[in-house]
Amino acid sequence: MWLYAARRIVLTIPILLGVTIICFALVQIAPGDPIQNLLSPTSSAADAARLRAAYGLDQPLPIQYFIWLGRVLVGNLGTSIANNMPVAGEVMHAFSNTVVIALISVALAFVLSMFFGVIAACRSGQLADKLITAVAVFGISVPPFWLAVTLVIVFAVNLSLLPATGMGANGSGNFSYFQWTSLKFAVMPITALALPPLGIMTRTTRSAIAEILNQDFIQTLRAKGLSEASVVVHAIRNIMPQAIAMLGLQLGYLIGGSVLVETVFTWPGTGYLLNKAVQTRDIPLLQGTILVLATAFVLINLFVDLMQSLIDPRIKRS
Amino acid sequence: MSDLMAAQKAAADPRDRGGPAQPMLIVDGFKKYFPIRAGLLNRQVAEVKAVDDVSFFVMKGETLGIVGESGCGKSTLARLLMHLIRKDAGQLILDGDLVGEASGILLDGLRRSLQMVFQDSSSSLNPRLPIEQSIAYGPRVQGASRQVARQQARSLMEKVGLNPNLFGQRYAHELSGGQKQRVNIARALALDPRLLILDEAVSALDKSVEAQVLNLLGDIKKELRLTYIFISHDLHVVRYISDRVMVMYLGQLVEIGPVDTIYEDPKHPYTQALLACRLNMDPHERVDAAPLAGDPPSPVIPPPGCRFHTRCPYVEDVCKTTSPGLGDVLRLSPKQHLAACHMVHPRSGHSSAPAFAA
Amino acid sequence: MSEIVADSFRQPVRDPVSLVPVRSYWGSVWQRLRFDYVTLFCLAVILLIVASAVFAPWLAPMDPDKSSMAYRLRPVGYRNFMLGTDEQGRDMLSRLLYGGRISLTMGILPVMLSTLIGGLFGVVAGYYGGKINMAIMRTMDVFFAFPSILLAIAISGSLGGGITNQLLTLTVVLIPPLCRVAETATTQVRTMDFVDAARSTGASTMSILFTHVLINVISPVLVYASTLVSVSIILASGLSFLGLGVSPPTADWGLMLATLRQSIYVQPLVSAIPGIAILVTSIAFNLVSDGLRQAMDVRA
Repeated sequence: MWLYAARRIVLTIPILLGVTIICFALVQIAPGDPIQNLLSPTSSAADAARLRAAYGLDQPLPIQYFIWLGRVLVGNLGTSIANNMPVAGEVMHAFSNTVVIALISVALAFVLSMFFGVIAACRSGQLADKLITAVAVFGISVPPFWLAVTLVIVFAVNLSLLPATGMGANGSGNFSYFQWTSLKFAVMPITALALPPLGIMTRTTRSAIAEILNQDFIQTLRAKGLSEASVVVHAIRNIMPQAIAMLGLQLGYLIGGSVLVETVFTWPGTGYLLNKAVQTRDIPLLQGTILVLATAFVLINLFVDLMQSLIDPRIKRS
Repeated sequence: MSDLMAAQKAAADPRDRGGPAQPMLIVDGFKKYFPIRAGLLNRQVAEVKAVDDVSFFVMKGETLGIVGESGCGKSTLARLLMHLIRKDAGQLILDGDLVGEASGILLDGLRRSLQMVFQDSSSSLNPRLPIEQSIAYGPRVQGASRQVARQQARSLMEKVGLNPNLFGQRYAHELSGGQKQRVNIARALALDPRLLILDEAVSALDKSVEAQVLNLLGDIKKELRLTYIFISHDLHVVRYISDRVMVMYLGQLVEIGPVDTIYEDPKHPYTQALLACRLNMDPHERVDAAPLAGDPPSPVIPPPGCRFHTRCPYVEDVCKTTSPGLGDVLRLSPKQHLAACHMVHPRSGHSSAPAFAA
Repeated sequence: MSEIVADSFRQPVRDPVSLVPVRSYWGSVWQRLRFDYVTLFCLAVILLIVASAVFAPWLAPMDPDKSSMAYRLRPVGYRNFMLGTDEQGRDMLSRLLYGGRISLTMGILPVMLSTLIGGLFGVVAGYYGGKINMAIMRTMDVFFAFPSILLAIAISGSLGGGITNQLLTLTVVLIPPLCRVAETATTQVRTMDFVDAARSTGASTMSILFTHVLINVISPVLVYASTLVSVSIILASGLSFLGLGVSPPTADWGLMLATLRQSIYVQPLVSAIPGIAILVTSIAFNLVSDGLRQAMDVRA
């Protein structure tokens, strides 16, 4: 198992390098010359060349990449064009806001999906199964940002129950998840984020449990006189490694994919930051945010795989 | 041995290039080692000696049976002969012509002369192709027109006992195991080969179907003057169909000879053990204890000396150090019986070895 | 696919002994689909949506881009505005019909392109194996390090808006998953005995690929691609929502949703309409691909 873990960690390194290459390439595919933005309209071609050399932009691309990579490795993600602030600080601040609601959403979705998935699998073909499947299909098919807008219409506009946007009067400064006055701002973002993974995970759980319940060893358990409840417990234990893998994947998707939902709720997370970067064409900010999010996604997947190897006896023993 | 003589005589054939006495196929020193990769960087740490220096020949018109436990390299050998995997060393001489070398015949020539019938399984026929097209594919590839290839496929189907009108447009999943195997045979025959390699061709079939297919194989052999290499783990079937038998153990040839000599007077302890494993028709003669204990040792690190010494009841010191030779298989007549065992070779150092060459 | 190949050989079987009806693979898939009413219904819904987009110029009651300050944000059913008007007084029904053209294109075209490109890479990687496989699949792994929406925003955000950029972005985003599915399927097929049997006839690699490999790889790839249509529609609408799609006067469901967002307090129902269109289309595609998978899965 240690060999598996070591190997899994080693294999992550080229992936992370690949991620940095793609992030580096983002600047290259962006139309327009970054130097032009920094120059005053009156400056000459010589000024441009001098500035180019100062930023290392006269070097060949691979050299530029390694210079950039060197800076990234010491935590320098460049400065934002819009407000001249270091990108790293801004991203990290936003990242914490994103991670928390993503974690809450995915935990919520996981618990509910196990519950619904097991019920649907045990009541296969019956009304409960059909209802749950319908909700799951809805969760998968619904555009998350539209769901967010709809939630706003219903709960903020029509019912006036919840605040529509933001993190409260004081922003994220003294936001607390343990006080309703703060938490109510997070309720709708969490709901909107949780529904798509809920749909996907319910479907996966349902089919995994249904498959296990059809296997011979389950028949043996029933034949031995085990109660249906303990049979189901056996089945759940069998799909745990799979469920953990799916949980990690969905967490990664939420952290990376919450852009639209955060935009709708102006939740000051990475998604909101990305939207800002896109609107103002702030490429360094875009690049830095993407890099942090993709790295987080890779590391979460690594962590999940390692966790899974701890749980799954087949990997554990090898 | 009169069968063999008759078969040789019958092999006077327009396709013949080397004359009736020239073996159909000579295999000289075949080797295939598969690398094993492991560790952090997936480097090659060892190799499996799947086929380790195997030489033999097949006479025209005969059936050579190859037996051995699973994992002994029988199937790898078949795939090497078909050039489906690349050999690491060795030469293949087909009817006097060296295959694949600059001076010899090209692979394409080999393709037409040598065909293989695969073990019946879900994977031997393309699930999305009607069987008529599966059979016609070979002739099409070799340049036959669509009509000609189709006609050929239909007549082959009749030859193997399948009504082309009834089965031609069916898919593999609509056939029974025996029918699939008939299609497999028809497909192999489509290129008009001279040598058929039958790799566990009947092993997966029910006993009654197996008998039908074996009869079919016997009939086609006579009709089309074919030579067979028949690979199987079923010793009864091999005895029934073969003229000569070779026994493989851990990638090596351990015994070769005419079928009756091998079955009635096996020289190698491994062959003796294998034959003792057969179920006897007489209940009083059945054995309870398995004559061969345990699994074969790992082909990655084969035991030094004789590879069988770890399981051999007659093991002595010489067996653990010196690897017994088989003798020059390619020089000797097909009637000769050879075994790679110190107990057979004179003055080998084994206490049971004969003093003089027999 | 097998239908086309089979036709070249097939003759009407009028032999009295042929009692078993002969059915091609796709024929049997259709036999199963025929009784799957949910899938058939969704298929009909898709056909309806596609038709309404194709015939938008004839169906739309008004010019989708003609704004009118006097009729801004009218409710559903107001005079001859069946679905109301948007924040610039344009007819919602007409914009919805025209918007479907772009949204559907963005659902289907990138999937087709990436099926071709990703499928090709996947089949090559799967068939040749070894170093070629390593090179292709490890590159794809890097793209898998990005959640799809993040990759889409990254590429689109750098390239800038516009319909071509959006098409390009979606195609790039969808290539890796299709490549992986094609590679898995090809690797499975490659190890099968019938491929070895084909090789031993002396057939060329191309011939084996086309006759024996593709025919078996194509159905899992198509089933998977069909699930990606709804993913692509949602991604596209998300990008448009961020302003990374068509430029403003043109109608597109995602963009309509984005611009109407400001009006949810005035006309909540009208603001929700483009979202409903996306949702219905996406559900229909999801259910059809589910049905297809079930119908095509059964081999025996």
